[in-house]
Amino acid sequence: MTEFDCDAVIVGTGPAGATVAEVLTAAGQSVIMLEKGANHLMSLEPPFAMSGEITNDEIKFLRRYFLEPDPLLEPRTFRRTEAAGDREFTGSVNVLPTGLGGGGFHADGKLPRFREVDFHLLSEHGPIDGANIADWPLEYDELEPYYAEAERIIGVAGDSTGNPFAAWRSGEYPMAPGADMYCAVVTGAAAQRLGYNPYRAPTGANTVEYDGRPACNNCGFCAFFGCPIDAKGDPVAPLRHALHTGRCEIRCESFVSEIVLDASGKTARGVKYLDTDGVEHEVTARAVVLGAGAFETPRLLLRSDVGNRTDLVGRHLMFHLQTFAVGQMPFRLHGYKGRAVTHLMDDPIVPDALAQAAAKDAGLPYIRGGIVEHGAAGHPVMEAMYSPPGPMHSRMMLESPMRDCMAGFTMQGEDLPLLTNRIDLDPKVKDVWGFPAGRVTYSPHKHDVVASQHWAPRLEAVMKEAGAVNTFSATSPPLPGSLGESHNLTPQSRHIMGGARMGDDPDTSVFDRWQRLHDVPNVICSDSSVFPTSTGYGPTLTIVALAIRAARELAGLPPLTSVRPAGA
Amino acid sequence: MPEYLTEAQFAVLEAACEALIPAVDGHPGARALGVADYIDGALGAFSVDPPRIFAGGPYSGRFGGEPGFAKFTKLSKFQELAWRTRIEGSAGIPEREINGPVVGWQQIYTDGLAALGDDFLECEPDEQLRRVQADTVLFPVIWAHCGEGAYGAPEYGGNRETLGWQAIQYPGDIQPRGFTDEEVSQP
Repeated sequence: MTEFDCDAVIVGTGPAGATVAEVLTAAGQSVIMLEKGANHLMSLEPPFAMSGEITNDEIKFLRRYFLEPDPLLEPRTFRRTEAAGDREFTGSVNVLPTGLGGGGFHADGKLPRFREVDFHLLSEHGPIDGANIADWPLEYDELEPYYAEAERIIGVAGDSTGNPFAAWRSGEYPMAPGADMYCAVVTGAAAQRLGYNPYRAPTGANTVEYDGRPACNNCGFCAFFGCPIDAKGDPVAPLRHALHTGRCEIRCESFVSEIVLDASGKTARGVKYLDTDGVEHEVTARAVVLGAGAFETPRLLLRSDVGNRTDLVGRHLMFHLQTFAVGQMPFRLHGYKGRAVTHLMDDPIVPDALAQAAAKDAGLPYIRGGIVEHGAAGHPVMEAMYSPPGPMHSRMMLESPMRDCMAGFTMQGEDLPLLTNRIDLDPKVKDVWGFPAGRVTYSPHKHDVVASQHWAPRLEAVMKEAGAVNTFSATSPPLPGSLGESHNLTPQSRHIMGGARMGDDPDTSVFDRWQRLHDVPNVICSDSSVFPTSTGYGPTLTIVALAIRAARELAGLPPLTSVRPAGA
Repeated sequence: MPEYLTEAQFAVLEAACEALIPAVDGHPGARALGVADYIDGALGAFSVDPPRIFAGGPYSGRFGGEPGFAKFTKLSKFQELAWRTRIEGSAGIPEREINGPVVGWQQIYTDGLAALGDDFLECEPDEQLRRVQADTVLFPVIWAHCGEGAYGAPEYGGNRETLGWQAIQYPGDIQPRGFTDEEVSQP
């Protein structure tokens, strides 16, 4: 009988891996978590207190790669198309943090659910030329109880009454929302006057003490920072829950180099990893869980040559096409106070008559944008970069048109899955461990571009209604042919999805409906690599909900169920 | 005494930074903000232990708690590799040349400051500004550092006595005080 080091070895400690660790350890299983980055988050000894390294420090977090992969160690490369050559850019590309907690605790924790139609977009609205839209192998109704469980584990604060487009819910949010930011009070009122539907954003930051963690005190260092006072729940809460069982071991600065299969090639035996001295180790396990994110998970599969029989690994890579509509107000908004974003609106996700007409004019069956985040600019070093040098600089910093007087909408536009948008292994550029860097090949589909071009002026009009004296808009990545292409080609979105989609047909998908690798079923993917479509919503809550579902199946636990309230 | 640069180099650096961020009514210039001190401190980051790369925490002490920012964080092995490479350059050391040679900040400043010309200190500010911006290697580095040195946490050596933050009506790090709900929601 084979002895294993643990029941499951989990690659990555972000929301995807941490959630699986919580579910499996609660079910009595043992896990070893491998994290390539360092631990800046919490003590690994009881009571697993915060480390004290997470701070309100713009230089440390936004300028010096304290959490993000340092491009000197982990460069990534980017090109728009294969025709552009081996690469057009080398450096930071779509970098989620590396380190214990992964891509989760750095974020401002906006945690919306998807809508019912997001799970069967192809059946509902049909195909679009050039895109490989697919239905998900499950429906919202099946995922609803897992969404509710995810909100409970993380501690999501929200208001179930505010969003007319929201999917049905079996219960209330665990907490009421926090304080409305002044900038959102201003832009939210303007949006309502123009017929839109802003609502209080579901947010993974405590408004009251929850699960032993304190209420958020509105410090404003949310997006791209961790929380110094432990008021954000994701993925701190599940990591701590797993550690408390005594059945979770975490090894940081441990880079998983390869998934190891047995002689049959149909069962994984575990993984190999390297420590920072370059020494190779192996962990054996009954199951291998991939939670390294939709960039690193496909890269690991490609490096290991596992699961790629159909040449689909790395393909259908999706971000959100981000459209920024900015309004410069004749008054200060103090966007540095509060939870970075406190209001969203879903209107661009549900096409109205104007959006339908724009789609028709462009020869598309529909256009779907994404959630619109009502935000403002927070931090002054970034402002300084955009305030030109010389006497103009100091005067602009005093008046602050690029920060304190600036309101901003970010639309996270749905990005259609394309076979040609992909991650593969760069033929030349390497990382600090000596492995090929991940390379992104990516151009947005016409649908994404048309949706952005349609919504940008409509969002600027909201800014004008709110009192803006000047408005402008931009996108990330820059639209093809736009001036922005000379500035920065790469998508700045940290919402990375696809790359190893799930589905029922092993010839058209990489993972099955339980997120098991079709070819090697004891390899499970718990991150957003499996998303068949990107939707227009932030991915994290759905990652966590899916991870709970996949982990319960792995542990042999019965499915969760919920009841749709009458009239919902 | 500057920590890494010579006195003469430091004087040129101060003038260059002042040209980029000059004093205007209500806003101190880079010299008063200590921007050159910030840059010199970054160039000499490894002359102290732990190196002056990541300030500590969880609080600065400005709004309560202990002054933890002042105690810098020990670097991991890979962080030290990256930051020595970024500051000192790869210098022919194989492990720093993961994807080829890297020119470090120390070299960029040493060469860039010299290239501004022997007469740089005597030039008018607009000519100084023109020369700094014309240097396509030095400018992106010094401009980013000016922003950090003027408006970053003072523990890194710039933003002297938080004068940069005060000028722009920005409180800086606010933990553990935070903001009240009223402060967040009201004008």
